[in-house]
Amino acid sequence: MSSIPVLSASTLEVEDLKTHFFTRAGVVRAVDGVSFSVGPGEVLGLVGESGCGKTVTGFSILGLVDPPGHIVGGRVLLEGRNLLRLKEEELRRIRGARVAMIFQDPIMTLNPVLRIDTQMVEAVRAHQDVGADKALALAREALERVGIPSPAERLRAYPHQFSGGMRQRVAIAIAMLNRPRLIIADEPTTALDVTIQAQILHEAQKLCRESGTALIWITHDLSVVAGLADRICVMYAGRIVESGTVDEVLDRPLHPYTQGLIGSVPSRNRRGAPLAQIPGMMPRLTELPPGCAFRARCVRAAQECMQMPELRNRQGRWVRCHYPL
Amino acid sequence: MTILDIERVTKRFVKPLDLAERIAGMKPEVVQAVDDVSFSVKEGEVVGLVGESGCGKSTLGRMAAGILEPSAGRIRFRGEERPGLKVQMIFQDPFASLNPRMRVEDIVGEAPLVHGIVEREALGDYVDELLLRCGLDPGYKRRYPHQFSGGQRSRIGIARALAVKPELLVCDEAVAALDVSIQAQVLNLFMALRRDLNLTYLFISHDLGVVEHLSDRVVIMYLGRVVESAPAEEIFRAPNHPYTQALLRQVPRLETRRTDFQPIVGEIPSPLAPPPGCHFHPRCPHARPVCREKAPALREVASGHLSACHLNG
Repeated sequence: MSSIPVLSASTLEVEDLKTHFFTRAGVVRAVDGVSFSVGPGEVLGLVGESGCGKTVTGFSILGLVDPPGHIVGGRVLLEGRNLLRLKEEELRRIRGARVAMIFQDPIMTLNPVLRIDTQMVEAVRAHQDVGADKALALAREALERVGIPSPAERLRAYPHQFSGGMRQRVAIAIAMLNRPRLIIADEPTTALDVTIQAQILHEAQKLCRESGTALIWITHDLSVVAGLADRICVMYAGRIVESGTVDEVLDRPLHPYTQGLIGSVPSRNRRGAPLAQIPGMMPRLTELPPGCAFRARCVRAAQECMQMPELRNRQGRWVRCHYPL
Repeated sequence: MTILDIERVTKRFVKPLDLAERIAGMKPEVVQAVDDVSFSVKEGEVVGLVGESGCGKSTLGRMAAGILEPSAGRIRFRGEERPGLKVQMIFQDPFASLNPRMRVEDIVGEAPLVHGIVEREALGDYVDELLLRCGLDPGYKRRYPHQFSGGQRSRIGIARALAVKPELLVCDEAVAALDVSIQAQVLNLFMALRRDLNLTYLFISHDLGVVEHLSDRVVIMYLGRVVESAPAEEIFRAPNHPYTQALLRQVPRLETRRTDFQPIVGEIPSPLAPPPGCHFHPRCPHARPVCREKAPALREVASGHLSACHLNG
């Protein structure tokens, strides 16, 4: 494969990404051949349950995987440039400037012993050649954008003086500081109340629409991506099993797992009726059965499912199943 | 028939002062976690108790289960103030609510043995039957909690609660920590148990989708007070209180695509210093002067539908 940067319309292209963890219990293929792309202003929902590899996918894009985890294959092209080939120093210049990450727990992004202004000014000046005054002004603007009241005052506060929802908004403001091309958000609203979640979703949506930032929203909550995302990738046991536009995937799922997930969500149309549950649970990644990882829980499984299905194009959509719906 | 009667219940938590604060003559901090709440639960009913963090729903649940004493008011179960074993609680965190050093058979079997519900000789079969009912393989009963997944641990918690033959289960965010597909399994289990054992539930949750699915009646709390209660279908179809209306608009649903999220302005005020009058008035788009001064009472707006809002009267 040539190393010449390819010009493309996508902000990020992930090709055949493989991140494996080499543990004593064996090789855990947390991410095993994942490909997707996301364009400017687009919101991609990366959906799956605990342990499906969605978070490791996000971490791999930014080169944040710690040993025993290693990225063993694939390409991560940010505006044509393969991030996996960059040296640590070059990656540092990209993180926080071109790509930012929002974590589930904002405590992970905020230093508890530094005031918010110190942290934000540092984040600006690490990537932009501006004076402290200008940096502070940018910080205040960013806080204002995410709806924090009296931002000039709040800049002088410490992280513990904010509520959970406020803290997450500060984390989003920091992520937006350098106007990144791509934001990876890993379950940023899972721990928050519905009304606070709606505020965060509102900010995220505004950001993408106004600045053309591409957004990858990693979550287990289908109803959140239903309202937010343009496209959805469903992951199961380290692989993408289905992808398509939100309407396609949620209204006419092709993969039995996607169908099961949708049936598991309480819906107002089927009040009180038993939920269409998926039997069993996700197998451990160290003891994945050969063939389709979902077959033990699948009602449509047959002999052919002993062979791993390829991600196949079906009427313009992608599904990894021998017997799609 | 009313099985659980909550009558004008209040719970205050007081943070005691240290020496320096006493010398300085400071007043102790008082949190009014639950403020004059009344409602009742009928036999065989599922009542959903909904609200955001800090609204007092868990405190109320704990009082209903007899874990906490109310500061004022009465909670009666079948007319008596001591429910004993008849009310059991299922907790949110399946990791923290099981003793990691006990085997599953002991976790489930300890209480019925101690309370003389089952003889020692029959205990093994009794535990097996409970585990089976909750969808667990009795072959695993000699294992420890850490050897199970989150969903299985939830089931152990449910089996433990059922072991003393309760009539009312208080479920405090019982499915919040679970993945969607596992959550669906546990919700189905709750519904099956209700059918088979004629159980009554007080189902505490912040997840309105889950509550709508499961509940017969819904009670909405905001900062320690009940703001609205109604049959589930009615409250989701025609919410009366501005807070309920706003809350329901925020619920993400599978059916709503690429919506414009329109958040409620402001944050939930601190329960240490709730706003005067109607607690919701600083965030309410319809607030009037009276809302700042007087707390509205719960009034019937339709049959079986109560709402605490000045706009109704």
